[in-house]
Amino acid sequence: MTSDGRADPGGPPPPDGAAASAGPAPSNGAAVPGEPLLSVRGLKVHFPIRKGTLLQRVVGHVRAVDGVDLEVRRGMTYGLVGESGCGKSTLGKAVLRLVEPTAGTVVFDGVDLGGQGPEPMRRLRRNMQMVFQDPLASLDPRQSVESALTEPLRAHGFPGDRQGRVRELLDIVGLPAGAAGRYPHEFSGGQRQRVGIARAIALNPDLIIADEPVSALDVSIQAQIVNLLEDLQEQLGLTYVVVAHDLAVVRHVSDVIGVMYLGALVEEAPSDELYAEPLHPYTIALMSAIPIPDPEVEERRRRILLTGDLPSPVDVPSGCRFHTRCPFRQPTRCAEESPDLREMRPGRKVACHWAEEIATGTIRAAASAQDPTATEVGTPAVK
Amino acid sequence: MVFRQRGRPDVRAVDGVGFSVAPGETVGLVGESGCGKSVTSLAVMGLLPRRGVRVEGSVAFDGTELLTLPPDKLRTLRGRELAVVFQDPMTSLNPVVPIGRQVTEVLVRHRGLNEGEARREAGDLLRRVGIPDPSRRLREYPHQLSGGMRQRALIATALACRPRLLIADEPTTALDVTIQAQILELLKTLVAESGTALILITHDLGVVAGMCDTVHVMYAGRIVERAPRHDLFGAPRHPYTGGLLASVPRLDQPRGTRLAPIAGSPRDTIAWARGCAFAPRCPNRVDECTCATPELLGGRHGLRCFNPLRSGPVQEVAPR
Repeated sequence: MTSDGRADPGGPPPPDGAAASAGPAPSNGAAVPGEPLLSVRGLKVHFPIRKGTLLQRVVGHVRAVDGVDLEVRRGMTYGLVGESGCGKSTLGKAVLRLVEPTAGTVVFDGVDLGGQGPEPMRRLRRNMQMVFQDPLASLDPRQSVESALTEPLRAHGFPGDRQGRVRELLDIVGLPAGAAGRYPHEFSGGQRQRVGIARAIALNPDLIIADEPVSALDVSIQAQIVNLLEDLQEQLGLTYVVVAHDLAVVRHVSDVIGVMYLGALVEEAPSDELYAEPLHPYTIALMSAIPIPDPEVEERRRRILLTGDLPSPVDVPSGCRFHTRCPFRQPTRCAEESPDLREMRPGRKVACHWAEEIATGTIRAAASAQDPTATEVGTPAVK
Repeated sequence: MVFRQRGRPDVRAVDGVGFSVAPGETVGLVGESGCGKSVTSLAVMGLLPRRGVRVEGSVAFDGTELLTLPPDKLRTLRGRELAVVFQDPMTSLNPVVPIGRQVTEVLVRHRGLNEGEARREAGDLLRRVGIPDPSRRLREYPHQLSGGMRQRALIATALACRPRLLIADEPTTALDVTIQAQILELLKTLVAESGTALILITHDLGVVAGMCDTVHVMYAGRIVERAPRHDLFGAPRHPYTGGLLASVPRLDQPRGTRLAPIAGSPRDTIAWARGCAFAPRCPNRVDECTCATPELLGGRHGLRCFNPLRSGPVQEVAPR
């Protein structure tokens, strides 16, 4: 618990400082800490809300991503988790500039993406690809697999035998060579996702952003795709940013996990440590809410129930953005002062004023949130 | 249950599924998409279209046979004694009718309350399911509520007549986990307090582990394994159950172990008439599996398999 970890300023911190602090983070054995491939500083994506047909006055902003700093090292997997509407998908897209960031910088492999014109950006994109949630929606229904896979090769002037490359790609992702002539609707969900992955790796990218890569798939198929992503990372040295709401899956594939709430990172930790000791109250509640397929464990667990719903990103609460639902809320600081994402101990970053006190048990969750028989927190009218 | 479509061979969506629920008990139907779990619930409620579907068998509710019940009698029973909560509240609630009307409608129709009483009762119900500021919410339309709130409103309508049987078909699948935890706690309390019998249909093994007394695992329209939850999760016998458990990563287990997926996809089946539908994907397949149909055998722990797991793969991985 170093006090200098708190000295994180609100503005862009020196990149080398952050890199050094992430260095000694206990990594998962096999993962070799590489140099940072992707570094995001102060990224904001605000969507204006307009009113009126003629004047189109801006009456407010949806603060989808509201100041995110993160760093992804080469060959590693960074997992972004959070509930729907927390901005995790927008963040993924903003990194690739598929949506234009409002503020902040994205540095990919030493190149600042912000200053790039359309053509240089297009060329850079061959090194950063995306895998989408629903392959049926992201693949053209009237385009054969072969055509879908040759398209990126053509667009980026892939030299050599394109058909050979298509066969090679199908083989890598575990589809039969005969799949080339078929259309998306002829495949099952898992196979379609394999096509989506094949298209993403067609140009040998460095970085793949996978947005909910398995959540549209049946349980028995999810594991196949998770294993495929892991194999590809090993074979091709890929770096992943995996965006998903399923914390169990994210934890399985990621080296580092960032937890998002209402447009901001509230906690970042090596994935082994996150379940063992979540530090932010939101992470604690999120972890406790995830059902575990084991009745013995389920009966022993204590749920921390959150009150109410996610606030609107148009109207982000003052102070700590989580204070309206936080079971550990304190009378001071929480409602007034916005906590920075600070390094509480090596590798563990948390945006909570009271993380130390919560970790040591000095501050406990509100009684109603812990009571296993309470149906609903904060509604005393429950009979 | 056979689905018919002109010019196509009949589809046998559910075949020989049988189970019972006692008051205060929660029974789970688990399986992947297309296994027939939702169709089962629709058949129980008599909500399948009358044309194009043939339903055989028996659904007995407290001694009353539901399948042969005249439609008007069934309608009286449904809503009062039987209720159902579907996955997507947006399609179950009427978008152009305020929430309040949708709740009071049930109360007026089935409990014979007058408008004023029904309104007070509706406000009470919304409060019970954890909707803050119920008097305002009663005037609002479904689109003005968040997903979790809509699902709670739907549960409120389902609970309006204190049903003795509630079928919850993927009640939390469309919701975030923190909201899911709230809804599941609500259902648990309901079962414990009012002795409602609950049939919970889900694909999420974690939800089942925390909720259900007895679990039925379905595959390709048939129950392949049936057991009290501790037996099922502690020692799964059917290779499909074992495979499902081994293919989901668990939060509480050390990382680094590779997932063991089930080979193939749910499309790779063979007809039950010719053998075991799971055989093409089964790691324990023996010759018998593709030439004879396995029956559901055994009492408390029922199993439909010729070559079940002895020490399940899950047990090997699981510490403690």
